[in-house]
Amino acid sequence: MAMFSQNPLLNGPNYSFSEAPKFNAPEGARQHRFDPYTDNGGSTLAIAGADFTIMAGDTRLTSGYSINSRFHPKVFKIGGTTSDQSDATLVLSVVGFAADGEALKERLDAICKMYRYRHGKPMSVKACAQRLSTILYQKRFFPYYAYAILGGLDEEGKGAVYSYDPVGSYEREQCRAGGAAASLIMPFLDNQVNFKNQFIPGSGEGHALQERERRPLTRQEVETLVKDAFDGAVERHIEVGDGLQMMIITKEGIEEVILPLKRD
Amino acid sequence: MFRNNYDNDSVTFSPQGRIFQVEYAAEAVKQGSVVVGIASKTHAVLVAIKRNAEELSSYQKKLFPIDEHVGIAIAGLTSDARVLSNFMKQQCLGHRLTYSRNMPIRSLVDMIGSKAQINTQHYGKRPYGVGLLVAGVDDSGPHLFEFQPSGMTEEMIAFAIGARSQMARTYLERNLDKFKTSTREELIEHGLRALKESLVQDRELTVENTSVGVVGYVKETKKTEPFQVFDGHEVQRYLELVADDKKEGGPQAATVEDESTAMDVDA
Amino acid sequence: MDHRPQAWGRPRDDVYGAYDASYLNNSGPRTVTQSPVVTGTSVIAIKYKDGVVMAADNLASYGSLARFTDVKRLRTFLDTTVIGFGGDVSDMQFLDRHLKELATDESYEVEPTLDDEDDEESSSSKPGHLNAANLFKYLQKLMYQRRNSFDPLWNQILVAGLDSDSKPFLASVDLRGTSFTSPSLATGFGAALAQPIMRKYAGTEEDAAKLTREQAVEVVKECMKVLFYRDARSLDRYSIAVVNKDGIELKEDEQLEKQSWAFAERIKGYGTQTV
Repeated sequence: MAMFSQNPLLNGPNYSFSEAPKFNAPEGARQHRFDPYTDNGGSTLAIAGADFTIMAGDTRLTSGYSINSRFHPKVFKIGGTTSDQSDATLVLSVVGFAADGEALKERLDAICKMYRYRHGKPMSVKACAQRLSTILYQKRFFPYYAYAILGGLDEEGKGAVYSYDPVGSYEREQCRAGGAAASLIMPFLDNQVNFKNQFIPGSGEGHALQERERRPLTRQEVETLVKDAFDGAVERHIEVGDGLQMMIITKEGIEEVILPLKRD
Repeated sequence: MFRNNYDNDSVTFSPQGRIFQVEYAAEAVKQGSVVVGIASKTHAVLVAIKRNAEELSSYQKKLFPIDEHVGIAIAGLTSDARVLSNFMKQQCLGHRLTYSRNMPIRSLVDMIGSKAQINTQHYGKRPYGVGLLVAGVDDSGPHLFEFQPSGMTEEMIAFAIGARSQMARTYLERNLDKFKTSTREELIEHGLRALKESLVQDRELTVENTSVGVVGYVKETKKTEPFQVFDGHEVQRYLELVADDKKEGGPQAATVEDESTAMDVDA
Repeated sequence: MDHRPQAWGRPRDDVYGAYDASYLNNSGPRTVTQSPVVTGTSVIAIKYKDGVVMAADNLASYGSLARFTDVKRLRTFLDTTVIGFGGDVSDMQFLDRHLKELATDESYEVEPTLDDEDDEESSSSKPGHLNAANLFKYLQKLMYQRRNSFDPLWNQILVAGLDSDSKPFLASVDLRGTSFTSPSLATGFGAALAQPIMRKYAGTEEDAAKLTREQAVEVVKECMKVLFYRDARSLDRYSIAVVNKDGIELKEDEQLEKQSWAFAERIKGYGTQTV
């Protein structure tokens, strides 16, 4: 199903606000039916480093060709003891249908808070990742239409990124882009983070070509990469823009940065 | 049995108009070690004496955080308190989710009041064997509430419940007019002094047996200072506040209100 | 003659044929609103230095019929919050009843605080009362719950007032529970026609914080005029509300002033046509 893949719809324009599925009854009789979903556009991005994780998202909220808001965050701190999340250790990004995304965020946050209350310590990324999958799958037949990415530091202090589809399939990855411009950003990340299709110059022909050696990126490099990725997405996708929100998770805590993007 | 025939359940009045089961539950509160609560214009504090059932066991917790703006102190059956505290936690989370604000303390206390009252009017149910002091901060400022197994709740300026708590209450009554304008530290000091009054003669406040809980309202930022419990070495500096005086605790300590035998049934 | 109570008030079968009781049938699936019926058009609002200005016209349309011409679509809550409704009017009335109930409950919640000399608090942030931000969160949950049960309240709603820091608050929620905030907001046609005008004056929060009340009111009135010119389901009588720390000023029977239809002469066909 196109809806659950990150790929563009096969038939129809690649914009996520392409017409909702039409119900054509025989004889052209058409029943108007409430469609509980919309796509609010926007894009998210997460990259795990050796001892940090960066989560990012643009701050535009759209419906159709309208910009509803120029500042609607998609990246959230999760599971702090208080509502200002000052002692949070995890970050969740959601993109897709904004209302579902918000509901999902609040539910996961409440669960992390209860965990902290009962166990007296914050939830690990691994545990929270599994729990998030369960939450999503519990609504398998009326899904949260949201692409979630969970970020934090694992038990060894390494950067961890878990990405999800709307019904709870998940996987730990080095990096992941989500939302409207995922198909624009992901290939860029494959090349720049995982060094896909990068070879040592003059190392040979065809199969003899040697891959460029992989190395973990520094925080500076990743921040630049994120900005470049979003500048590119803003240029080519009308649903992305206005502001770039970045959360940098290190063992010192979570740092939040907000930068301007083009507002056109 | 010398007592009577009217104490087998909580749905039967005695000819004198009493419900003994509820009164017995109130007795359970008096078995618990003492807890003191005080509210000022800016803060609400809870202080408590912890007991260990025997030398080998750990000390039973007396203060529990409910949400970032509320905490409780318990006297009586800890397991009953856990049921209530979980319920309160759920209510606060739910309220914050629907209204994105601190749940008003009065609404919260009213809810456990109603919950406890049901147990006093239905056959086969047992009243909660625990009393609470609820300290919290909401949009209208700091509050302190008392809760009893009967379902009775009341807002207090300062109060103490649990074994020998009368001594502490006497101290609080003597200093009543000072609390409103007290600072955070002064409030804790008053709390600990009240606690000291209730101690059995040769016992003292130590880092092992004392708990301090604070919640506050920072007027400048209009933000809540989250409820926080201090235990162990963290209470050392507060104990030093009251270490100097031997005179306050001494004289009246002999008059005891009820079972000072301290059956160690706590907390 | 059939004298059983079931037959009372029913047309006679021998004259009118068997009574069609199918509508009384309560077997089969439960049905809910599938589309709006009587509707209100745009609601617009803009933040200014110390409050929010909101406006909506007084028309309730039945399809293309201008059915009711003095329907008040701005409602108030506890004298601190203004709520503007676009979309289905009956759902608006349902919500309004619900909010009245909530306001009554809230009013009983006033706590006799222990200290008597109360500091002078402004009316828009009565301590212990739901403020605009609190109420908005509640409405968002309500709308989202209704969409989850496939029984939506067919509205887009703007909520204006002050938040817990006494800063101007403006937010929107729709029938799917999607919610967002912005220095200026508009529902329906207003999103296309009024929002660009308002964004000229309040593109960012900083810009909005520089606007005076008079400027904000002026912008809103200008927008209402544009909407009346171009939105066929609109009216020249409208309601306008200003909410700030002193409370709400709501005027419910305003007339659009200084209209100029000169531009209409130049319109031929669909815009690009010149002859």
